[in-house]
Amino acid sequence: MSNPGGDWEDGTPERLYVITGGRSGDLEPSHLDLVTLIIAKSGPKPGMQPEHAAIMRMCQTPLSLAEISAYLGLPVSVVTVLLGDLLAAGRVLSRPPVAPAKLPDLALIEAVIDGLRKL
Amino acid sequence: MDFESSERAIAPRREDALPATAAAAVKVVIVGGFGVGKTTLVGSVSEIRPLTTEETMTQAGVGVDDTAGVERKTSTTVAMDFGRISINEELVLYLFGTPGQERFWFLWRGLFEGALGAVVLVDTRRLEVSFDVIGRLEERGVPFVVAVNSFPDAPEHPLEELRSALDLPASVPLVFCDARRRDSSRDVLMTLMRYLHSLAAAPEAS
Ligand SMILES: Nc1nc2c(ncn2[C@@H]2O[C@H](COP(=O)(O)OP(=O)(O)OP(=O)(O)O)[C@@H](O)[C@H]2O)c(=O)[nH]1
Ligand SMILES: [Mg+2]
Repeated sequence: MSNPGGDWEDGTPERLYVITGGRSGDLEPSHLDLVTLIIAKSGPKPGMQPEHAAIMRMCQTPLSLAEISAYLGLPVSVVTVLLGDLLAAGRVLSRPPVAPAKLPDLALIEAVIDGLRKL
Repeated sequence: MDFESSERAIAPRREDALPATAAAAVKVVIVGGFGVGKTTLVGSVSEIRPLTTEETMTQAGVGVDDTAGVERKTSTTVAMDFGRISINEELVLYLFGTPGQERFWFLWRGLFEGALGAVVLVDTRRLEVSFDVIGRLEERGVPFVVAVNSFPDAPEHPLEELRSALDLPASVPLVFCDARRRDSSRDVLMTLMRYLHSLAAAPEAS
């Protein structure tokens, strides 16, 4: 309440609208998490939209959606749309995160503890 | 907004590549007020230089557009730092440091969903920032621990005093840390994992 609407600005950047062909990541309930890992099945194909090609290039080894967003300099919702295209076209694979049910799995937590111990 | 201008990396460096065996990831969220040390903590334990992801947040405007009569929408871009720790050949842990502006913490869709848990980083000079977030994590059932980042000019309080000031249940771990130190930040994550382990091992006791 301290700063209502302080740094909200009007409109959505046009560039993002163009990249996603006018689609908004908000419309489709996203099944992609910030830490879903993405792996490309091949290199980029000729004629691909530059953002799709960039994703194909950087996902030669697994990369999270958050990392793709960081390297492309694009918002998560835009990257979600781009990945949706590539997934639908069968160009990339996704590896969903380990979802802690209500409470996380003991073995999972133990694995994390072991990993942290080695840091 | 902060203006820490580090060149934005446009592709992962070769040494930052995850092995092809990386099968799944988990995430932990670091929350806390402006300048409490979230980015420092993420950076001190991350195996990659912290990266920044962003999201466009929209909110319906209060007024009505004069000409078209449609509801006005406003949007803003919110940035979030994150880092990564490879736990083993298959499992990767991501750490997200929330933006300083509190009102965005719970607006970022999918940030807390699926998170293993959260670390609430507090600065004893501004404890009040933590009340609201602790309440909202409890509401959402996100397990968390509280870490007090010790700044040299901050008044020193014993942990138990801070616990009652934060109105924190006895069961929630509360520790001191120095977010600049890798071992100290690692220990905070360890505290969270041990707490999660105890919750998972004895779900009915809370
Ligand atoms: N003395 C001391 N200084 C710290 C510690 N942790 C962080 N700092 C300093 O505090 C300042 C803010 O730290 P950040 O990590 O940027 O804090 P933040 O929570 O990410 O800040 P915002 O993202 O702006 O909300 C930096 O100048 C850090 O070097 C600490 O444990 N001790
Ligand atoms: Mg920060």
